[in-house]
Amino acid sequence: MWDFPLFPEQASSNAQKVDALMLFEVGILLFFTILICVLILVFSLRFRRGARVDRSHPPTHGKAMETVWIIVPLLISIVMFVWSTRLFFELYEAPPDAAEISVVGKQWMWYLQHPQGRAETNELHVPLGQAVKLNMTSQDVIHSFFIPAFRIKQDVLPGRYTSLWFRPTKVGVYDLFCAEYCGTNHSIMIGKVHVMEPADYEQWLSAKGVGPSQAEEGEQLFVQHHCAGCHRGSQTVNAPRLEGVYGKPVPIQKGKDVGFVTADDRYIRDSILMPKSEVVAGYEPLMPSYKDQISEPDLLKIIAYIKSIATRETSQ
Amino acid sequence: MSAPAVVVEDPPEDYLQEHTLKSWLLTTDHKRVGILYMISVTVFFFVGGAAATLMRLELMTPQGDVLATPDAYNRLFTMHGVIMIFFFLVPAIPSVLGNFLLPLMIGARDLAFPKINLLSWYVYMVGGVMGIWIMIFGGVDTGWTFYTPFSTMYSNTMVVTAAVAVFITGFSSILTGLNFIVTVHTMRAPGMTWFRLPLFVWSHYATSLIMVLGTPVLAISVILIALERLFGVGIFDPAIGGDPILFQHLFWFYSHPAVYIMVLPGFAVVSEIIPCFARRPIFGYKFIAFASVAIAVFGFLVWGHHMFVSGQSMYAGTIFSILSFLVAIPSAIKVFNWTATLYKGSLRFDTPMLYALGFIGLFTIGGLTGLMLASLAIDVHVHDTYFVVAHFHYIMVGGTVMAYLGGIHFWWPKISGRMYPEIWGKLSALLVFVGFNLTFFPQFLLGYLGMPRRYYEYRPEFQVLNVMSTAGASILAVGYVLPLFYLLLSLRKPANAGPNPWGATGLEWQVESPPSVHNFHEPVVVTCEPYMYSPEEAEREYAHDQRVHNA
Ligand code: HEM
Ligand SMILES: [Cu+2]
Repeated sequence: MWDFPLFPEQASSNAQKVDALMLFEVGILLFFTILICVLILVFSLRFRRGARVDRSHPPTHGKAMETVWIIVPLLISIVMFVWSTRLFFELYEAPPDAAEISVVGKQWMWYLQHPQGRAETNELHVPLGQAVKLNMTSQDVIHSFFIPAFRIKQDVLPGRYTSLWFRPTKVGVYDLFCAEYCGTNHSIMIGKVHVMEPADYEQWLSAKGVGPSQAEEGEQLFVQHHCAGCHRGSQTVNAPRLEGVYGKPVPIQKGKDVGFVTADDRYIRDSILMPKSEVVAGYEPLMPSYKDQISEPDLLKIIAYIKSIATRETSQ
Repeated sequence: MSAPAVVVEDPPEDYLQEHTLKSWLLTTDHKRVGILYMISVTVFFFVGGAAATLMRLELMTPQGDVLATPDAYNRLFTMHGVIMIFFFLVPAIPSVLGNFLLPLMIGARDLAFPKINLLSWYVYMVGGVMGIWIMIFGGVDTGWTFYTPFSTMYSNTMVVTAAVAVFITGFSSILTGLNFIVTVHTMRAPGMTWFRLPLFVWSHYATSLIMVLGTPVLAISVILIALERLFGVGIFDPAIGGDPILFQHLFWFYSHPAVYIMVLPGFAVVSEIIPCFARRPIFGYKFIAFASVAIAVFGFLVWGHHMFVSGQSMYAGTIFSILSFLVAIPSAIKVFNWTATLYKGSLRFDTPMLYALGFIGLFTIGGLTGLMLASLAIDVHVHDTYFVVAHFHYIMVGGTVMAYLGGIHFWWPKISGRMYPEIWGKLSALLVFVGFNLTFFPQFLLGYLGMPRRYYEYRPEFQVLNVMSTAGASILAVGYVLPLFYLLLSLRKPANAGPNPWGATGLEWQVESPPSVHNFHEPVVVTCEPYMYSPEEAEREYAHDQRVHNA
């Protein structure tokens, strides 16, 4: 017969926590729904027309009762709010040891790349027990990255990076859906998440030979697109060196003032695509825009490269 | 008209008397405008319903097989959504029942601006005809939410036309809202103080505030969509510094309060029906009145709960979450108040009452699942899945449509002068309730299992629940079609309802059915509170009737 589940699988550390809260809220829902239904039924039978009961002075209001009706839902709401908000914040604070995987959504597939270099489409392999952080963007419309078994979801936006993390707790294969309607083939923009034993994962990673890592690919692109010409060694153009920049505050000329911006993924991306919008103090706005020349996955590689040299010293 | 030869007595000329098409199309009588709306929203309801039926048939199997292409499905759910929201739910109760009843309830001859009222119907029809036209000549595949940049840069369908249709329709809503506000402020009969207003009027007043304040934002959003599509101005295009999330903010800033445009009038109807069939004053009149206004006001502050995973900041999510919990409280108050109104009443279970009690149950489930959606961590999982589809159908179909049908049955004798066959009415209420739960309850499970919404095909393991849902929809469809038949058939009989078949209080029940053109023959003076029902008296009458019956 049909496979007929009533409850989704729990395959991440987040899943159990969300389910616990959900069951609590289902309990509240059942309690109040049954309460209301029972009251309606009891009143309907007892006070139906013709039944002999005391009907004198039906109450038209009741301060005490109304206060209770406000206070009780309020208290319950506060419990739900605090509980769920704490879980929500956890979802966006990846542990420092998380492996970072890049995700690019496009109509209608998922493109993913591991830091060690291996890239895949519509499949995501991850090791059991290891925290994984996803850095996501879209090449066209808004998509949404959704793994029901992990109870996680995050929209994937064009022109912006969003992120999300999870820690898989059960070996297996799970569905990966696109949850934000994205056009004709939205419903078949589906992938598979393979949670593997760490050893199997290592083997899988190197199955195609140990290729260049994501950062190494980024470095090649860095050279290929002539970024290196200005941002490295050469003295002909006065451009900032990129070693050690990632994650640090950068001085930006804003009119006559100087403001600071953190050099994160967004900043690097915008500097490549819209270099004139944030110019580092002390430099001429000479850099050309690479809009429409570098694809989203390549941008992620270049960012990975710049990140990889974050600890190297600048020789200003 | 020439003077009649013999004047015996001024026969009460009811508003339905004149039959020419012209007399209908040029009428400024609020009752006739209400009827024009009733006919049009009914047509749209069944068009939207036909789309729903096709969608449910498609979803009976995991593969796409009933409809030829995914695009066909995408266009269907878009039209289903657009029609049901903009052409049915938003206008249904205010424009049909509100138009008909508001002046009668406050003792006025008409609305403050009768011509604007007729204009609002024409504006609505222009938008509606455009909607149908789009359906026939190509369709739109963006979903009723029109999210950018899909709608502005990627969809190859008639998005601009749809935007214009929605824009135009919005004006009809603004006109109706303005008319109601001015009417309630200026046209109340002497003695009809604010706290003597029926709760129906309070709810419609609150609804009108949202219509007037919120709808312009919708108009702005759809115009920006059209501009962006036609001229690429770059408001939403990230490639030139635009922001796709901005659209979602604009859109939900209207569309969340719009949810209250849809349910507050439902509250209005239920607050009239329950005291009448319980034969006792409503519990907590002032609480309910203020709760309506509170919902209208707070409803403007929670739009961000549609965007918890959109990429807006976590802190914004937190604020919108707590505000959403707060807005649930006035709704909870109302549910408790209606339930308490049954206590010590003298209850009769005619069709309107069955619909109203069904409403309370379904609205409770819809509302409580709303708390789950307001809980950030749970929403992350269920957002954009069938859980949400179930939730909003519980509120909009289980709530608003049930209330609308209850209201139509309650005031049908007043509107048409005819009683409908009670037994069929009860059957329809039962079918709708059972069919509804069978259709939409499985969708909560589907959503929690992870089936995303707007899916043309799905994983095989979701099939059993989908089949249940489709089976329920066919029962529901029968429940919806029945009233159409027996209500229309009742028109063939002569008027037999009498002015007040339910023994209700309220000024509308003091005039004949159907009401005369001018509503009231003499100036009205109000001297008492609303809902002056007495359960004990109702019992005495009932005992008397039984004795007469048995004698
Ligand atoms: C016979 C009853 C109905 C059935 C079987 C039904 C079924 C459906 C289905 C299958 C969807 C598509 C869900 C998705 O793929 O996301 C849907 C969406 C929707 N329905 Fe219904 N529906 C019914 C009645 C109504 C009514 C009465 C209303 C409002 C008055 C309504 C409003 C909506 C809206 C606003 C959407 C969202 C459209 C969108 O995603 O763009 N539905 N409905
Ligand atoms: Cu997608």
